[in-house]
Amino acid sequence: MKACQTPGFWLPLVIVSVWGGVVLLIHQDTMRETAFILLMAVGLASSLNILLGYTGYVSFGHIVFFGLGGYTGFYLLSAQDWPLFAAAIGGGLLSALIAGLVGLAVLRLRGAYFALATIGINEAARAFVSNFEPYGGATGMFVNFSVYQKYGGPGPALWTTFIFLWITALAVLLVSYLVKHSRFGLGLLAIREDEDAAMVMGVKAPQAKTITYVISAFFPGVIGTLYFFKNGNIEPGDAFQLHMSIEMLVMVMLGGMGTVMGPLVGAAGYQWLRGYLLTSPIFKDLHLAVAGAMLLLIILFVPTGVVGWVRNHVRRLQKVLE
Amino acid sequence: MLDQLISSLTDGLLLGFVYGVAAMGLTLIWGVMSVINLAHGPIIALGMFGAYLLFTHLGVNPYLAMAPVAGAGLIVGLVIYVIAVHRVINAPHLSSLLATFAVNMIIIGVGTAVFSTSPQNIDYSLGSVEVGFLTFPASRLVGAVGAILVTACLYLFLYFTRPGKAIRAVANNRMASELMGIPSSRVLALSFGLGAMMAAVAGGLIATFFPFTILSGGPYELKSFVICVLGGLGHPLGALVGGLLLGGLEGLIPTFMPVSWVPVVEFGLFVLVLLVRPSGLFGAK
Repeated sequence: MKACQTPGFWLPLVIVSVWGGVVLLIHQDTMRETAFILLMAVGLASSLNILLGYTGYVSFGHIVFFGLGGYTGFYLLSAQDWPLFAAAIGGGLLSALIAGLVGLAVLRLRGAYFALATIGINEAARAFVSNFEPYGGATGMFVNFSVYQKYGGPGPALWTTFIFLWITALAVLLVSYLVKHSRFGLGLLAIREDEDAAMVMGVKAPQAKTITYVISAFFPGVIGTLYFFKNGNIEPGDAFQLHMSIEMLVMVMLGGMGTVMGPLVGAAGYQWLRGYLLTSPIFKDLHLAVAGAMLLLIILFVPTGVVGWVRNHVRRLQKVLE
Repeated sequence: MLDQLISSLTDGLLLGFVYGVAAMGLTLIWGVMSVINLAHGPIIALGMFGAYLLFTHLGVNPYLAMAPVAGAGLIVGLVIYVIAVHRVINAPHLSSLLATFAVNMIIIGVGTAVFSTSPQNIDYSLGSVEVGFLTFPASRLVGAVGAILVTACLYLFLYFTRPGKAIRAVANNRMASELMGIPSSRVLALSFGLGAMMAAVAGGLIATFFPFTILSGGPYELKSFVICVLGGLGHPLGALVGGLLLGGLEGLIPTFMPVSWVPVVEFGLFVLVLLVRPSGLFGAK
């Protein structure tokens, strides 16, 4: 395959593979937890980037797919006794299905109207799930402890979850690259630049946007299932945090939207910064304000993000960073 | 049953006036510069704390405190515009959404450090009013009257003063009004300030009804989105009508189904209206 020879293709995959591999080799619990959060951020940011970066549609409530997928996967795991792998795929498929249905309607809106609608959908979903009895209503659900026995106890179960997440993160990056470099992806980039012109040129915009929405909703559903299985419980407040949605946006913006590498860099950078701010004695109380100030500076002065900036300023790296 | 229905409807409608004022700030900013101000909630919360601090520390009557709160809101809005919004005013929506959200994070971050997140309330009661079988707190009535006054002032300002007319001109066509000699940057800053002022006043009024924390602005920001969409984004009077509609719904729904279903109906309606009539229920096509 020709793609294998371009560094833009294999660089992100190699970084994530090596990183996960090292964590597996060292086999330390605290390291796994850190890597789990980081890989989750990478997966979520990359899947949002497939929609945001390539089509330019700002989904402010993308976390709704994380929440709905997580809830469904969790329900399948704990109430229906499905194996983790199948439940995670099930969660992802439900998210994708809902994205398909919602997307048909909502993607007709453009710009800020679309952003507002996604916030509304997230809030509606949160409110609905809080009242939905099979999903435990406002108190949520817990993992039945016996479920862990299938994976050889709670400890090994967490490692299994981590491996699944690792594979998912790799899959998101792979899909992100493939979409960007396909004919389909070119259509998306055209939609981002000028939707009307793209349609005149023969891009089937409504169809393409819906498919993209479905793809970018599938992975958060899978990741949601894994995350809430790791936590052992799920409740509406955790599953549909608008705040997390915006953190995803920040990661994409920080790294550079519309690039494959950007969300990876942005997620790692953001999580590192967050960790630093939360633990440093000076910024501990003000971590949110400092993160906000950073975000503002990026938006105002480096709107292309880290990867975009490097690509624009260092010509030789343009081929390396996709 | 009917008595209960009417009394909860009245309660909701009175609250709706205040919701309307909050939403008017958001819709004014959108109408003039097509920016959705995601720092709206924290500004509402700042209004609450402004009224609270003036009342508890200086003993100012909470209703008189609305004047300084409004002034402070105007200044906060101007500052936010100059620092965060001006540079991204012509950029894609994502930039202005994230820039105002960054302001949101800064205000919440500093606010949490200063005020903590324990609930506060303004301990000032006006007693209650009885009209026939209806009984409701007098503060609601005063709040509604205040909201109507604020709306009237905004209307008079926009239609009968020079800066107000300039705001409408810029909202209509920024390029053309610049060619006519209107300093559009200053007008945009003023509109953002006015939007923040409405939010702060609404916050101050809400603080006289309910206990609040620095995070309390969030739900009202979401309600403001719903109201703006119901009334048509960019129409201040539509926002007031939308506020009444939402307040009425909040009053009526709990008599038919559990209170926890209220947000489901609200946000469902919100998405539906966005899809079917993005110009709002009362907006022109």
